[in-house]
Amino acid sequence: MSISKDQVIDFIYDEVRMLDEGRYDEWLALWLKDGHYWMPLDYKQSDPHTVTSLMYEDLFMLKLRIERLNGARTFSQKPKSRCHHVIQRPFVDEIDETAGTCVATTFMHYVETRLDEQQLLALTARHELALVDGALRIANKRVDILNCDAAFRNIQLLP
Amino acid sequence: MGHYTGNPDAIRALHRGYEVHRDVYIDPEIYRLEMRHLFANAWVFVGHESQTPNKGDYFATQVGDQPVIQVRHSDGEVHVLYNRCPHKGTKIVIDRSGNTGKFFRCPYHAWSFKTDGCLLAIPLKKGYENTGFENSDSGKGMRAVGAVRNYRGFIFCRLAEEGISFEEFFGGSLSSIDNMVDRSPAGRLEVAGPPLRYLHHCNWKMLVENQTDTCHPMVAHESSAGTAVKLWEELDMPEGTPLPPAMEIIAPFTSPYEFFEKMGIRTWPNGHGHTGVHHSIHSNYSEIPGYMDKMVASYGEEKAKAILGENRHNTVYFPNIMIKGPIQQLRVFIPLAADRTIVESYIYRLVDGPDELTARTAMYNRMINAPTSIVGHDDLEMYERAQEGLHADGLEWVNIQRLYEEGEDFTEEAVENGTTERQMRNQFDAWVRFMTMDMDGVREAAE
Ligand code: FES
Ligand SMILES: [Fe+2]
Repeated sequence: MSISKDQVIDFIYDEVRMLDEGRYDEWLALWLKDGHYWMPLDYKQSDPHTVTSLMYEDLFMLKLRIERLNGARTFSQKPKSRCHHVIQRPFVDEIDETAGTCVATTFMHYVETRLDEQQLLALTARHELALVDGALRIANKRVDILNCDAAFRNIQLLP
Repeated sequence: MGHYTGNPDAIRALHRGYEVHRDVYIDPEIYRLEMRHLFANAWVFVGHESQTPNKGDYFATQVGDQPVIQVRHSDGEVHVLYNRCPHKGTKIVIDRSGNTGKFFRCPYHAWSFKTDGCLLAIPLKKGYENTGFENSDSGKGMRAVGAVRNYRGFIFCRLAEEGISFEEFFGGSLSSIDNMVDRSPAGRLEVAGPPLRYLHHCNWKMLVENQTDTCHPMVAHESSAGTAVKLWEELDMPEGTPLPPAMEIIAPFTSPYEFFEKMGIRTWPNGHGHTGVHHSIHSNYSEIPGYMDKMVASYGEEKAKAILGENRHNTVYFPNIMIKGPIQQLRVFIPLAADRTIVESYIYRLVDGPDELTARTAMYNRMINAPTSIVGHDDLEMYERAQEGLHADGLEWVNIQRLYEEGEDFTEEAVENGTTERQMRNQFDAWVRFMTMDMDGVREAAE
């Protein structure tokens, strides 16, 4: 079975909708078990390990992040944050038919709000996807924030 | 002019033993006075020398609310200059770091300065002939801060021309920097990448106090550390499975009160102090293969063991930084207003040390201190709730009484139960002194 461009684009639209609607269990199920969600701190950062990033999380950490959002004593989520992605049509940069993998780049505006505050981040998301049992899965996701060197307030959900 | 300017008695009255008045956190006049007095009279961290390794390298930052440049001069020394053109005030450097070559050149009218600040040239200089220009302050070039000290790579400055010496100000507290640097087999650190930058709508002192607040992790961080422990247990790994690095970092935050009581707090004169005298949340990190051998080769076995056996948790260098020696992290608290503070969290690599250690430190930094950190989120929430809550008129005093003793003497080093709030009291003792030491007799001079 091959990967079509439309399939990749639909996948990314569906994924951000899960995040915006807080359907985190479904979202976690999209991931391959060795995947990492990486949000660099530096512009064009190439090393996630020996310099600081904003996030570089494996599935255990992502699960922890999500589980915490609903905790009874998660004080910074009382009241809860909400988020919203507006995305451009993804660019499907590469499709490797034999490996069953592909890479896509998507420009997004991300809005997160809680109480009287709302912040807007401009993002570039890079998805590495893989076809497993006929369905696309996230092998890795990298999210670059345009103003990554700015001083941020809390970013509590998943841009 | 408000009630506090030029009124040292009113400042002194804000700290009474086991409590402080809320104005120290919420009053804009107090904030301005802190910038003029406390941040001028104390020694304040500027940057690390590895941020400016070569001649002409500069790094622009703030000391209190003062824009400054850390720059490597042609003689190899690091200087700290005010980032202000002596002509009309333009900031000489705008970007955060770079190399200026042999001189600074102001982008407005091209006055130029050597990298120690001395005036080098002015275009159309003859326009200043017979004007008395050479006698004006502007004719002397960029102004330097009062004093600079490079301590094992860490650059500190005192804005005031006169005042306490570096050694007297920091005293025994320098042992924490020593331990951090000694952990490099080469005895040197290098900054690793840019810092996290995190904006808090709270007073800078709330952040500084929290560094030795050992009664909050198991409460405020239950949602992150407690959930981590729960998820790990649910995985039901076989007995003896080593904790992954992320769990090694986060799990100790849920340690019981007893752990924190026994870890101990040490205070030094002038507001400095640290948690983790006997052990700390950093004590049980797994060993990195090959590292001990390198340390032994550099220092000999006994000294290497002593260096790595020290597991201090947070050391506060009052007023503006905290360091974690065992993981080479430094957090600088940059005050912007009474209710605005940026925290920058830097990490350093151990020269000749293993990359695995830098990777663990980078992981700690992003997991605990990032604007995206599930631990940081709850800390920020607490500070900002306090910043708002303090406006309640029912109570005007903040309590820092845990394990308080009548007549505490902060002029001597002391080691106490790890849950004491003595270090917070120590900070306010220093705060009052450095706020008021040059305040007498300036009342008339104030606007
Ligand atoms: S303001 Fe700098 S040269 Fe005029
Ligand atoms: Fe905390």
